[in-house]
Amino acid sequence: MSHTSHTEAHGAGAAHADSHPPQSFFHKYLWSTDHKVIAMQYLFTGMAMALVGAFMAYVFRMQLAFPGMSVPGFGVVSPGEYNAMITNHGSIMIFWVAMPVLIAGFGNYLIPLMCGCDDMVFPRVNRLSYQLFFLSVLVLIASLFVQGGGFGGAWTAYPPLSSVAKYNLTPWGSLLWIIAVALEFVAFLLGGINFITTAMNSRAPGMKAFDVPIVVWMIVVASLLFMASVGPLIAGAVMLIFDQTLHTGFFDPARGGDPVLWQHLFWFFGHPEVYVVLLPAMGIVAEIMTVFARKKLFAYRMVIYSVIATGVLSFFVWAHHQFIAGIDPRMANIFTVTTLLISIPIAELCFVYIATLYGGSIRLTTPMLWALAFVAEFLIGGVTGIYLGASGADIFFHDTYFVVAHFHYTFFPIAIIAVFAGITFWFPKMFGRYMNETWGKVHFWGTIIPFNLIFIPMFLLGMAGEHRRIYDYTHFPDLALPELQAMRILATVALLVMLAFQLVFLVNFVLSLMRGARASKNPWNANTLEWTAESPPPHGNWAELPNCYRGPYEYSVPGRELDYWPQDEKA
Amino acid sequence: MSAHAKTHDEGHAPGAGHHRNYVKIWAILLVLLIVSVTGPMLGIRVITLITAFGIALVKAYIVAKNFMHLDVEKPIVHWALAVALLLMVVFYAGIAPDVQKQSGTHWKKAKVESHAPAHGSGHEGH
Amino acid sequence: MNIPTGRLAVWWVLVSEIVIFGGLLASYLMNRLTHADWADQAAHTNTWIGAFNTLVLLTSSLSAVLAHQAAEKGDGPKAARLLWLTVLGGATFLVVKSFEWTHEIREGFTITSSGFWSYYYTAAGLHAFHVLCGMILMIWVASTAAKNQELHRVENIGIYWHFVDIVWIFLFPLLYIAK
Repeated sequence: MSHTSHTEAHGAGAAHADSHPPQSFFHKYLWSTDHKVIAMQYLFTGMAMALVGAFMAYVFRMQLAFPGMSVPGFGVVSPGEYNAMITNHGSIMIFWVAMPVLIAGFGNYLIPLMCGCDDMVFPRVNRLSYQLFFLSVLVLIASLFVQGGGFGGAWTAYPPLSSVAKYNLTPWGSLLWIIAVALEFVAFLLGGINFITTAMNSRAPGMKAFDVPIVVWMIVVASLLFMASVGPLIAGAVMLIFDQTLHTGFFDPARGGDPVLWQHLFWFFGHPEVYVVLLPAMGIVAEIMTVFARKKLFAYRMVIYSVIATGVLSFFVWAHHQFIAGIDPRMANIFTVTTLLISIPIAELCFVYIATLYGGSIRLTTPMLWALAFVAEFLIGGVTGIYLGASGADIFFHDTYFVVAHFHYTFFPIAIIAVFAGITFWFPKMFGRYMNETWGKVHFWGTIIPFNLIFIPMFLLGMAGEHRRIYDYTHFPDLALPELQAMRILATVALLVMLAFQLVFLVNFVLSLMRGARASKNPWNANTLEWTAESPPPHGNWAELPNCYRGPYEYSVPGRELDYWPQDEKA
Repeated sequence: MSAHAKTHDEGHAPGAGHHRNYVKIWAILLVLLIVSVTGPMLGIRVITLITAFGIALVKAYIVAKNFMHLDVEKPIVHWALAVALLLMVVFYAGIAPDVQKQSGTHWKKAKVESHAPAHGSGHEGH
Repeated sequence: MNIPTGRLAVWWVLVSEIVIFGGLLASYLMNRLTHADWADQAAHTNTWIGAFNTLVLLTSSLSAVLAHQAAEKGDGPKAARLLWLTVLGGATFLVVKSFEWTHEIREGFTITSSGFWSYYYTAAGLHAFHVLCGMILMIWVASTAAKNQELHRVENIGIYWHFVDIVWIFLFPLLYIAK
């Protein structure tokens, strides 16, 4: 928790001081309705879960590189444990890391501050959202330790493997897993409604819709996408729970059900979900790029329109995950076309970022390095997606490590690179101190280089035909070739190096929190409203709530002495 | 509660000035309910479908318009609800070709015997 | 002028509810259209009980909207009384439903009897859960409205209640009338 962050909180919020009497530790940090504290709760819970997910990756990568060995810190990995590891690694990294950190963490922190209001419109709903989320964390962790072990049917939970205990052998693990996912959905629905309503109704006087910073737009559109896509899966989760516990036959063909229905329910949510986490990440990157290129964001309105177009298109692409699941081939044609179409607005966003950099006076600070790396790495993820979106190529690539490499090239930039960009960028605002730049850059290179060395071999392995979800490749002579095994070992060693470099970040984070150099209100000379509040902002954010006079990206305006023009500065 | 958002009391009455006769609307709904129940008694399939689902649409429209005051609500709410409903059409259109497909190359959906008692005779189903 | 924050949030809740019920009912519809024998199963549902419950919910919607009208005129106690009447309607609905289900289960139609009954209990159960949640919230709103506080909440809970009513308006033909 942010122990040091609120030490001077109450003195600064003079206008609010009487309404917020001193509180106990419990009320201040654990039972708070302050959006910044809830943001920190989401952020730290997400980071803790990232460590859990990373540990799982370490265990199963060790098993793949050195099959049968006793993994230090875990022991010998059984096939059931291997399945539970990959399943929960996927679920945790998407539902309990990317979602809470990117949407709930940054959304909670940034929306009220960037919109210039003192808190979310429903602070208690906000608190309830985190509490439900925390409950879902507990249920998920519990699911790993119940009789039979954690759920091992992959994060997509296809029936009948997920619905029939006789097949998955984890009667409790699979039930608790689906309950945890459902709870998490409810938590984010509550949070999302709060975000959308706050951004619609609580903006600073003078802030028109097109004066709102891009990251707020992105988080709001992402919340809308989540809200509109998750419903069928909530219904599906109820049906799956009934299949598991009451032995109904919703997804059992022998009793009139249909397992493909679950796949559709899942991916109708699952694909928009990719954009739900992508958009906030792209928003964070946009903010950082304009600040460190000292330039106006290229084509602000066009970005918003393409984001909305992406959101609309994202509801028409889901079945590209099911090309070999026996879906109607005519539908496969349609979904191939829509999948290729959706790469257009996303590619356009990448071009917008490059155009923003063009002719700017670029400062290569740590957050900027992360932002640039996001565009570069995400591009690889996006381009390899074209192969998988085309149904013909996908028939070969489906369920190979090519897919694994592809989605890690999209999700790693989203959930890790953009998050590090955001944390290093807003750290001075969140905690009132600077992070160490040198160690930040060491951590950056120590993460980016090994990341590529983990996943480029996986593209090659996938093209060589290596199927996913295999516990021990020595049982498959075609896949146990020494050159393939060498690439698996390379990927695993690179993972170990990358994990080791995360210690640099953790140490840098904690030391900067305690004794980093004090940061001023506006250390990066940025325009958006959060930089006009104290660092860290007090409860209530401002003594006097700001007004807004212009758009968020007025950098290097000709004829102006300063190269930035804060949104709250009168003309 | 946010300072900018403390505006409940100013605009909380979309129906203000519209003195609707709610009891009359309720009576119309009841008449529609009676029609929707008696319609299927004729035993003609088309009439059953029209009275059952057509009237459900009319009832839902009346409730939404008059009780939820959607007719005087801001356009953004109309858009949000319409998009959500439209999305369900997309959902159905994308999935029905698969779920409703009865056979394909080398496969056919199994005929399923129902376990439920045919006449509700009081025996346990299975 | 913005939509009042509370009401706006209720509309967003309804958007998310539309896709939850929409996903479930669309799945039901797809299966229903491919299983001709489900019509025989549906023949065992009791249209009269379903119609009575529709009547109960429509009437409770009337009292909810009259409560809103009273709240608009600033009459908190009257709004609270009408809300209690709405809660009573919800309770009647649930009591009737529990007798109906008991009867059906004793006849042998359980949630595992066939695909139709699985969807029947799941859809009606999810709806009943929403009725229950609405009642709990409404008791809370009524108790503050009785003190003439937070009267805008009367309208918000009403909108939610009408939505639950509309869901039932569609469940009624889907599960009871179409045979």
